Amino acid sequence: MSYLKPALKHPGLPKNKLGFTRRDYEGSISTLCAGCGHDSISASIIQSVWELGIEPHRVAKVSGIGCSSKTPDYFLSASHGFNSVHGRMPSVLTGANLANRELIYLGVSGDGDSASIGIGQFAHLMRRGVNMTYIVENNGVYGLTKGQFSATSDKGSKAKKGAINTDEPIDLVAMALQLGATYVGRSFSGDKTQLVPLIMGALSHQGVALIDCISPCVAFNNHEGSTKSYDYVREHNESVNKLDVILGRAPITAEYAPGEVTEVAQHDGSVLRLRKLHEDYDPTDRVAAMNYLARHKAMGEIVTGLLFVDPDPEDLHASLGTVATPLNQLNDDVLVPGAAALEKLNAALR
Amino acid sequence: MKPTDLSSPSYFHKVVDCQWACPAHTPVPEYIRLISAGRYTDAYMVNWESNVFPGILGRTCDRPCEPACRRGRVEDEPVAICRLKRVAADNKDDVLARLTPIPAQKNGKRVALIGAGPSSLTVARDLAPLGYDVHVFDAEAKGGGFMWSQIPRFRLPESVIDEEVGYITNRGGVTTHYNTRIDSLKGLLAEGYDAVFVGCGAPRGRELDVPGAQEAAANIHLGIDWLASVSFEHTTSIGKRVIVLGGGNTAMDCCRSARRLGGEQVSVVVRSGFEEMKASPWEKEDAMHEGIPILNFLVPKQVLHTAGRLTGMVFEKVKAEYDDKGRRKLVPSGEPDVTIECDDVLVAIGQENAFPWIERDIGLEFDRWGLPKLNETTLQSTVPNVFFGGDAAFGPKNIIWAVAHGHEAAVSIDKFCQGQDVTERPDPLVKMASQKMGIHEWSYDNDVSIDLRFKVPHADPSESLRSIKAEVELGYDRELAFKEAQRCLNCDVQTVFAANLCIECDGCVDICPTDSITFTPNEEEDALRTALKAPAINKHQALYVADGLKTGRVMVKDEDVCLHCGLCAERCPTGAWDMQKFFLETAKTTNGAQACLSR
Repeated sequence: MSYLKPALKHPGLPKNKLGFTRRDYEGSISTLCAGCGHDSISASIIQSVWELGIEPHRVAKVSGIGCSSKTPDYFLSASHGFNSVHGRMPSVLTGANLANRELIYLGVSGDGDSASIGIGQFAHLMRRGVNMTYIVENNGVYGLTKGQFSATSDKGSKAKKGAINTDEPIDLVAMALQLGATYVGRSFSGDKTQLVPLIMGALSHQGVALIDCISPCVAFNNHEGSTKSYDYVREHNESVNKLDVILGRAPITAEYAPGEVTEVAQHDGSVLRLRKLHEDYDPTDRVAAMNYLARHKAMGEIVTGLLFVDPDPEDLHASLGTVATPLNQLNDDVLVPGAAALEKLNAALR
Repeated sequence: MKPTDLSSPSYFHKVVDCQWACPAHTPVPEYIRLISAGRYTDAYMVNWESNVFPGILGRTCDRPCEPACRRGRVEDEPVAICRLKRVAADNKDDVLARLTPIPAQKNGKRVALIGAGPSSLTVARDLAPLGYDVHVFDAEAKGGGFMWSQIPRFRLPESVIDEEVGYITNRGGVTTHYNTRIDSLKGLLAEGYDAVFVGCGAPRGRELDVPGAQEAAANIHLGIDWLASVSFEHTTSIGKRVIVLGGGNTAMDCCRSARRLGGEQVSVVVRSGFEEMKASPWEKEDAMHEGIPILNFLVPKQVLHTAGRLTGMVFEKVKAEYDDKGRRKLVPSGEPDVTIECDDVLVAIGQENAFPWIERDIGLEFDRWGLPKLNETTLQSTVPNVFFGGDAAFGPKNIIWAVAHGHEAAVSIDKFCQGQDVTERPDPLVKMASQKMGIHEWSYDNDVSIDLRFKVPHADPSESLRSIKAEVELGYDRELAFKEAQRCLNCDVQTVFAANLCIECDGCVDICPTDSITFTPNEEEDALRTALKAPAINKHQALYVADGLKTGRVMVKDEDVCLHCGLCAERCPTGAWDMQKFFLETAKTTNGAQACLSR
């Protein structure tokens, strides 16, 4: 088995504004099972960060435990990384974000890490609005322990050995919408043309962004009867819109019918250009989105695309009124103002 | 774009760039792997089967394979294919027992071969094992032809020629008639041979035609004749100041030989620009390395002489101009003429074919350039039992082309003598075999070395310039050879795709180090080439297109810079990608006679 990817690359590989090729954003070779959807998500993250022209050292990738949480090793090897405790990525990431808001935070988790052991952490991160991109690599099974149903497995879906799931699934997209996430998308690892712009939009979003990415487990959840297999997702995928992330003000070149395109300007200057694929879908209306999702889920559809975006998000720093300078750039006298300052603070609270 | 037709062997053959570019289609990656494995004798035999003169070619081949090598497209330089061939020859054990046996029982057919150069000797090698009574005629005292007379000993030692010529002429079935010049084809045909092969080369050098050349003729030598004379040791010295005219490999051999026979100020003068010279880049490099300047854009104008003695040459300085069609014209630059003093001039400005010994009334037709009219595939002339090959067929080329002609001519002669249709050509021997050994294991070494090309060790110039016979290149030792062999990308191990097994998980797309694989809606080729993950701009390289996927898309693989690392197949969960070794041996009369090795 190869444990190194050859350094030789395509001589015509394009370079981003920093002069890097996509290959400069790679990590070590994946040790996941061949055909794992997670590897496609890793490739999409590489593509997104490369296209955005982000210096790798400006990214902090944080994960928990599980197949999905292994993947930060497989992309952005020049970025900061923290492989935390099972289900605790949100709190570690929140802490890091509070200490240094200048980094771009990428949390990578799975359905077990986020919807089971870490569901409390997931919920609170969403409601606090930590400025980050939260990617759930959702395969509906516990792959590392050989394929038991996870908390996102659909009721009635069949395990590889034939058992039928009797529990209701947790829908992380619905939870995130309810808990106030300001950028919510769902995608499929087998559709990079949809996934890459979604990740790019999330990385440039200045609030909490969740991407629930269905990622088939080739070893344990890609059989008939599974609702997270390549074939099933392809058959039931209903994309509500097509997203282009526009960096700098590029004019609309294609001809669109009136009302067909919605543009959402983000704080960092990027523009999310959404082409409607479903009539009446308004991705800026949270309640309507929740209704739409519930209705279409009942119809057996897997609704994907950019489902909700708040063009004017607020993040945790804004609500806490924290200092803009990263703590590691502040001197001791600022960080530890002394007993007199403490006394003053206490007095103000009496 | 239409799905790729894999039923014809030419698709995968073309992916093996080196083998495709080689006139004899030697299975290059196959022998390079054998060298890596230390199986030098086996590597030699793969070569011998295909190109007949591995030891000679490993030192002198024009190596069309190397500019074609895929490695040259992903990093600076191609694999040193040619010099690895020499490693096989240098390190092999006794191969006599493995050569195709010559039967004692003859088939009753007599064949005459004119010239004992590479094309004739190839015909002899291919026909003798079938029981033909082969007669080789050559005007010189030993076999080898131009390999012997034109290539200087410091590039190609005599022992190497003798050994490999001997494998053909000393094992029975072949009768050599050396020191025998054929003066009449009519006469030879009258001797009742069943077939005659003309492999006499292009034995006349073009002469220098400028004022003064006649008067100073004593010190103006035709390059190929002079080299022959040096090879036969009739010429052992030359003046201190020498001008070599011409920009081909013969000129390079002339100047380097002159350096060794007493030439102290040797310069090469060419009409064209340095870049457009016909000589191989490495031969130019070797000459310059020996202190020989190459002066370009100089056209001979006059030979200077006093009292019948050459004193120098005058050249007109020219520059290149290109017309609308891109054709080059050399026009006077207006700069003053250049005069170079010298004691001797060697003229290597081209060769011409000369067939004064072929009567024009025997039905053998020539074209307007004085070359025989031939069927390009069968090499048959307008006299049905006369065949041509090597430089005699289509003008000066090189050894490896001569060998390729020899194989084809042998097939033709065999068919002709057996009363079969000469134009019906036999198919090549083709094999495809999966290299899968385990879930992630291959029977070939799929690690890709990132080493740059290793230099072949050279003898110290102060030593090698002292003797015309001291070999300049020392060849790779085994350790260097192993490292260089590891640079080979194993392009013959093909990526073979089965659409019916593919689940479109993108595993192969994501892992491919050279972004060669894309799943996309089908389009016309030009559109498709720009729609891929990395643009497929090299149109000489095929796109491998497969349809039949569930999403209706097509799999497109750009063959251009594929490293054949097998990672696509390693990351494929369903075995839709397989690494299969493609082996192709061109049709020869001796196909199957040699036990197939390691396949």
